[in-house]
Amino acid sequence: MTEKFIPLHLLPTGSFGKVKGLTALDSMRRRMLDLGLINDTLVESLRRSPSGDPTAYQIRGAVIALRSEEASNVFVEIA
Amino acid sequence: MGLTNQSTGFASVKEMFQVKTDSPDDIVIALAGNPNTGKSTVFNSLTGLKQHTGNWPGKTVTSAQGNFYYRDRKVVVVDLPGTYSLFANSEDEEIARDFICFGKPHATVVVLDSTCLERNLNLALQILEATPNVVICINFLDEAVRKKIKVDLAKLTDLLGVTVIGTNARDGVGLQELKSAVYRVAVGDTVSSPMKIKYTDQTEKALALLEDPIEKVVDGRINARWVALRLLDGDKTFLEALKRYLGFDLLQNEDLAGPLQKAGELVNSDDARKRDQIVSSIVKQAEGIYANAVVCENHQHNTLDRKIDNILTSKRWGIPIMLALLGMVFWITINGANVPSELLASAFDHLEKGLTSLFMAWGSPEWLHSILVLGVFKTLAWVISVMLPPMAIFFPLFTLLEDLGYLPRVAFNLDHFFKKACAHGKQVLTMCMGFGCNAAGIISCRIIDSPRERLIAIITNNLVPCNGRFPILIALSSIFIAYKMGPFQSIIAALSILVVIVSGVTLTLIISRILSKTILKGLPSSFTLELPPYRKPQVGRIIIRSILDRTMFVLTRAIIVAAPAGLVIWLMANSFVGDTSILNYCAAFLDSFARLMGLDGFILMAFILGLPANEIVIPILIMSYMSQGVMLELDSLEAMRQLFLDNGWTWLTAVCTMLFTLNHWPCGTTLLTIRKETQSLKWTLYSFLIPTITGIVVCIIVAQTARLLELV
Repeated sequence: MTEKFIPLHLLPTGSFGKVKGLTALDSMRRRMLDLGLINDTLVESLRRSPSGDPTAYQIRGAVIALRSEEASNVFVEIA
Repeated sequence: MGLTNQSTGFASVKEMFQVKTDSPDDIVIALAGNPNTGKSTVFNSLTGLKQHTGNWPGKTVTSAQGNFYYRDRKVVVVDLPGTYSLFANSEDEEIARDFICFGKPHATVVVLDSTCLERNLNLALQILEATPNVVICINFLDEAVRKKIKVDLAKLTDLLGVTVIGTNARDGVGLQELKSAVYRVAVGDTVSSPMKIKYTDQTEKALALLEDPIEKVVDGRINARWVALRLLDGDKTFLEALKRYLGFDLLQNEDLAGPLQKAGELVNSDDARKRDQIVSSIVKQAEGIYANAVVCENHQHNTLDRKIDNILTSKRWGIPIMLALLGMVFWITINGANVPSELLASAFDHLEKGLTSLFMAWGSPEWLHSILVLGVFKTLAWVISVMLPPMAIFFPLFTLLEDLGYLPRVAFNLDHFFKKACAHGKQVLTMCMGFGCNAAGIISCRIIDSPRERLIAIITNNLVPCNGRFPILIALSSIFIAYKMGPFQSIIAALSILVVIVSGVTLTLIISRILSKTILKGLPSSFTLELPPYRKPQVGRIIIRSILDRTMFVLTRAIIVAAPAGLVIWLMANSFVGDTSILNYCAAFLDSFARLMGLDGFILMAFILGLPANEIVIPILIMSYMSQGVMLELDSLEAMRQLFLDNGWTWLTAVCTMLFTLNHWPCGTTLLTIRKETQSLKWTLYSFLIPTITGIVVCIIVAQTARLLELV
């Protein structure tokens, strides 16, 4: 999985990615699922905060900020 | 229809929420929804602001309750915490889930934001699975129109199988329909047939195996399919709740062991991914419903929000704009409060003269006049005239920023620093709540789910000055730091308060980091923060809400504490041991240590006696100084300055007092709240000691450095 796809935090701002897998576990995984980060969900990387982290993403109509630690557990295919 | 017949098993949930019903005929409804869906506005519009607890707009930190009457039936509305899901990840979600599943409200209203429906539908579907008695409320319809999002309510009703009402709660649109829909569901006039979520074939087979045996155990007291799903995804907190509220321990049930094992083999996936299938099915169906019932005519509808975010969270301007906004709020507060404060003070002065002549006319003894007028009344007058105007200005301004949706952007901008401090990004939000009242700030720490980070947020919350301490900062900075600066006085005063706040935040970060490396070791936990759409604020409502709720709430509390404090201080000043009053005796005892910190004995004593509420620190100080002989009319800040100067104050005394105001023990109410929230005396003690020691150390360093450098 890690070869073909990139972790979400490396998705350049302004571009879209399609979720292809989560490597997060336990509560982080549950939280991400609740955000709607299931397979094939389209995510747009919107902007980085003034210090570069966290990053805001457009996920299923909502704008959600994730720290790079979290986003690195979401693997996406650049769309 | 009454509650009594259900009361046995569900009593603990009802008690937990303290649902206030007058008779068994009362209808109880729950209000659920994602955060930022205008749930609180719906709540307030339904109940007409008649709530029991101070609900801080934007965040339902405790479950507020209110009621309305429909066809002569009392309807009690329980406002649940805003949650994204019923699959408990945090305490808030657990509370919402427990109330919906075990509290058995007659109906549950799920508030959804029409501009963010796809995401919001997820929670709606979860709730529909748990209970059929649901009314869906699609809020912010006006925003949807503005953004050219067309929501087909009839289609939604059709697809979801429950009543769907469109509202625009801010303007009261659709509320009558909502009330009537809720009523009909609650009394059983509307029988809903909610859509059934379809899962993958294996999951459905597994559910089929479990549903019947579970039904035999729970006997209709809770939805068996819902319980089966929770068993399949291994939700431990739910199983515990089931045991707690209904007394069923399903994992120990022998009849269930067989089916459970077979079902487990069917879904056959590793523990971490168990839930994926279930959640994915729900999300996909939400996606399908969204695609069917909502048409986005303008795909660029978020452009304006994005443009604003480009500025407010930009690398260059994000933090400067934040500081400027905060500074401006202080400046407007200081400037605007001046005149009304003086008017109030002179009005109280007249009242005092009137009271005095009244006492004389009655021929009351001098001590009685002294105790009631000079002790109790003067303290009250000070608290009201100095506190009311700044609060009445500061709260609406701050609520305005909150309503616009700016606070999450602040959290977004500052998160990096909090990550460095190994703290939670949402600590920024709990700090913002602390500006109003630290006790409320501490309750709001529930939004942080990691216990470690929540404790850090609780312990450091006191480092943001609450409104009880703001007047001290405003008064001291105006009369000492910015004194006689002409037109710049209020700007300098605002800037110095800004410096105090920034140093408070810096200390918060330092202490959070130290805690993370010592007694609360650990790494930052996962963090997701929603940046909700900017909303047009409702200025009228903000003013009414912040004055009614926050200002009056805080002022009342201050007055309740101030009156007896005035009495105590009068007694201390007028009871003598030998030649010295108890007051002077205590102050003299504290004096040498206080001077080390750049204060004096009276100041330190005022802080100690101010434990019940910070609002009374300055009145106590004024009374202590005045009881030493000089009696003057204290009708302006100028007079206060003179009084303090006569008692040996310098700019350093003012600075140290301001620093100690920022850093000392939390007030009594806050300490009790910490005790309640942490359930631990140890952490309450830490919350007391950490800011206190920090304050003492900071004051000593500043005072000694200034003296060493001969700055005073």
